[in-house]
Amino acid sequence: MASTPTAKEVVFGPVFNNNPIALQVLGLCSALAVSISMSKTLVMCVAVIFVTAMSNFAVSLIRNRIPMSIRIIVQMTVIASLVIVVDQVLKAVAYDISKSLSVFVGLIITNCIVMGRAEAFAMSNPPWISLLDGFGTAVGYSVMLIAVALIREPLGTGTLMGYPILPTVANGGWYVPNGMFLLPPIAFFIMGGFIWALRSWKSDQVEAPDYQIAANIQYRGAM
Amino acid sequence: MAEFNKDGLGNTLFIAITVCLVCAVFVSAANVMLKPTHAVNRELDQKENILRAAGYLEPGAEVGADGRTIPEIFKDFIVRAVDLDTGKFIDDFEQRGYDAVRMSKDPANSRALTEEEDTVTIRRRENIGLVYIKQGEKGLEKLVIPVRGYGLWGTLFGYLAIDKDLVTISGLGFYDHKETPGLGGEVDNPVWKEKWPGVKLFGADGKPSVRLVKTRSQAGSPAATHEVDALSGATFTNRGVQNLVNFWTGELGYGPLLKQLKTQS
Repeated sequence: MASTPTAKEVVFGPVFNNNPIALQVLGLCSALAVSISMSKTLVMCVAVIFVTAMSNFAVSLIRNRIPMSIRIIVQMTVIASLVIVVDQVLKAVAYDISKSLSVFVGLIITNCIVMGRAEAFAMSNPPWISLLDGFGTAVGYSVMLIAVALIREPLGTGTLMGYPILPTVANGGWYVPNGMFLLPPIAFFIMGGFIWALRSWKSDQVEAPDYQIAANIQYRGAM
Repeated sequence: MAEFNKDGLGNTLFIAITVCLVCAVFVSAANVMLKPTHAVNRELDQKENILRAAGYLEPGAEVGADGRTIPEIFKDFIVRAVDLDTGKFIDDFEQRGYDAVRMSKDPANSRALTEEEDTVTIRRRENIGLVYIKQGEKGLEKLVIPVRGYGLWGTLFGYLAIDKDLVTISGLGFYDHKETPGLGGEVDNPVWKEKWPGVKLFGADGKPSVRLVKTRSQAGSPAATHEVDALSGATFTNRGVQNLVNFWTGELGYGPLLKQLKTQS
């Protein structure tokens, strides 16, 4: 067996060194959708952490018995079951949030991070370390999501966790909410900014270019 | 015994069936255990929405001004089933778990709307609706009716509260919608909702004529009593809200019931 990574590596690695969003650029769809408000983001993060950790654990437990031909569907079944349970629990304990989040919770099933970890890590590593890996990866995802929400919610609605931070004009304050921050594309810009900052700080994350852009000499005469 | 072959047909079937069974039991167990809580939450949520629309809960507050909890305040309300075509109350109707939206999809319990009738884009309307009545010492004090209609991205679901004169709106609130946050999503803004109480439903011709407008008519004129400030940057949402209020208080909605109640009082 290949050398098993240490617990510290798998838990803290994904936060900055190998962030699933910043480096692997996975799981963006849900990141765009839920980072609109902090409370939704936090619930989503808890759900993803639970599902990723538990699915990694479960898949790893039976990894030596899963036939290669049906491994993806087995992982899918495990993940889908966990997600349904999370959704049911949310409906029972946090009904208000679950109403607005239900669609996205269902979409955790198709979150590339969850399946990516099950397929890439849990299928070839023992249960305990897989559990930690799922946890660490999901925490990395959460850190990114919370950072985006921290920018989007105050600038978009003037609130944080529903509490007013910047008093908006509509409520008699001075801040005119920027509607662009409420729409999904802004998350692309914010995450792009984070990836830029992160790669300037840790330059080993910069990928080698796939090809060189040739100098444009065609219209040189015109200038 | 041959060496264990995890890719063999036997093991493949075994794993497929076992995983499915275990997961099914797991999911079913969670569902069965949590179902009562879900039902309680749904009911509480519905009551809360009704009370909010009727103005018995301050924005953001979980209990009434007098400190009573939602189920306690709701005890003052009685739920009645209404035949929407005749406007008559139906006695002995099992209201528990009645879902008007689901009924509206069932051809036996609903009627199709023609294109002109269907200003709210719901295609079919249920035959029986539920209304929530707060009885005071002198008869009806407040009537809350469910409303729904298409905005920009999806259907808005809400409750419209009507005062005891059955002409004046005393509140409108939505509990589910998909409008753009910050633009159409401002239908949830308490400041905007405060503009609804006092608006008159019916015009001189007896038809519901509430309008969401950019510029208000002159104060005091008859037209101004039917007008509400429109939300800026949300043309489709405004149109949807205006249509749904007028539809559900009109002939195809609870209009017949309002007429009957008016003649009684």
